[in-house]
Amino acid sequence: MTQRVFLLVGTRKGAFILESDGARRDWALRGPFCETWPTNHVVADPASGTIYAGGGNEWFGPAVWKSTDFGASWSHSSQGLAYEAGQTPVKAVWSLAVGAEGRLYAGVEPAGLFVSDDGGTNWSHVEALQQHPTRPEWNPGGAGLILHSLVLDPRDNGRIWVGISAAGVFATEDGGASWEPRNRGTRADFLPEGQNYPEFGQCVHCLVRAPGGGARLYQQNHCGMYRSDDGGRRWESIEEGLPSSFGFPAAVHPRDPDSLYLIPLNGDIKGRFMPGGNTAVWRTRDGGSSWQAGRAGLPQGDAYFNVLRQAMATDTLEPAGVYFGTNAGALYGSIDEGDTWTCLAPYLPTITSVETLVMER
Amino acid sequence: MGEHVPSQAPSEMRAPVLVRLPPHLVVLFPDAEPRVALQAGSVAEMVAALDRLWPGMGARLCDETPAIRRHVNVFVDGRRARLSTALAPGTDVFIITAISGG
Repeated sequence: MTQRVFLLVGTRKGAFILESDGARRDWALRGPFCETWPTNHVVADPASGTIYAGGGNEWFGPAVWKSTDFGASWSHSSQGLAYEAGQTPVKAVWSLAVGAEGRLYAGVEPAGLFVSDDGGTNWSHVEALQQHPTRPEWNPGGAGLILHSLVLDPRDNGRIWVGISAAGVFATEDGGASWEPRNRGTRADFLPEGQNYPEFGQCVHCLVRAPGGGARLYQQNHCGMYRSDDGGRRWESIEEGLPSSFGFPAAVHPRDPDSLYLIPLNGDIKGRFMPGGNTAVWRTRDGGSSWQAGRAGLPQGDAYFNVLRQAMATDTLEPAGVYFGTNAGALYGSIDEGDTWTCLAPYLPTITSVETLVMER
Repeated sequence: MGEHVPSQAPSEMRAPVLVRLPPHLVVLFPDAEPRVALQAGSVAEMVAALDRLWPGMGARLCDETPAIRRHVNVFVDGRRARLSTALAPGTDVFIITAISGG
């Protein structure tokens, strides 16, 4: 095999990296990195292999960590990763994404978007998002008022979708100069009867874009699972056939826009566990019309854990690998597109994020 | 909200203040030392001096309020200080991570 395959794992106590070759059968674990800071998201620039980790420390504030040698050494910065004087301070970085030409984006708590054109050393605030007229009415979700989903167009830095809990999905077509909410068709069951389809204020949990560069998006919401075929302007429910309408992560297939992976939990007021204590990753191959549960190799019975919103990912290999980490610190992987699963690391800290990186040797 | 930082006489002539840094902070900056003597007439000046020595350290200690971060305690003469707290020549300053932060 000629590839190096990396799993980038964010946890409550630092970042970890697992490495294998293209066979993906044996994994070597390294970490913890980032001085065991709470790390919400670890991503990589697939062009350069540079790894970025975003998080926040209760003592020392937010930071983006960077490694250009696959985790052997790290630096950190938060230069410019701050609101104007007098604003509620930035508490933590929640999401990272690498756009066209290596531009780096960071979503933070309280919800806002920052951008870096020098690889994460200096940051500037995308002010127009916070200046949106709906901003005074944004309410925090259970994890705070966080910008947790960052969906980019790898060829065009003008198009960005963000998911904010609990303000909903917002999008820009002009590089962040102007934003519009895109939540039509998604429910807010937590609002009074008759007000359940607002323009904004939905509790989006995870927003992902189907491969191929088209307009298809998927989202796992606090209140349902959805597909959009027009860039989020209109959403359709795809929750029929799933064991609940509640969950956190969503992951797309690297090549098939009709394939999606979800991990429904038993419900938002029932403990947020695996339904019936039985672990399953649910897969659709027809855009959400039908669903199949993958359970082989996953804990069945008494599985009282959950999977957080950024803690599932796919790789780019053939067949695609699928990976997820639990709040109980176990990391699972499948190298047959979700049919069978193996525990790759059983005893990590609470896993906040999982991403992949494949490098040709 | 922000604090008023009193103007000081030129501090170059004063005896330095001795600053003790917490180990969790020192480890973030490869060449940082746990004890440093520097010229500063106030806590704000001390933070600025630390940031000149080790760029980025100021943002680890202060947020954009501006204020000392919520879970960082700066003790001057045995009392919790603010950015505006004056530092007499030769003062011992202890920067300590609060137990409330972890």
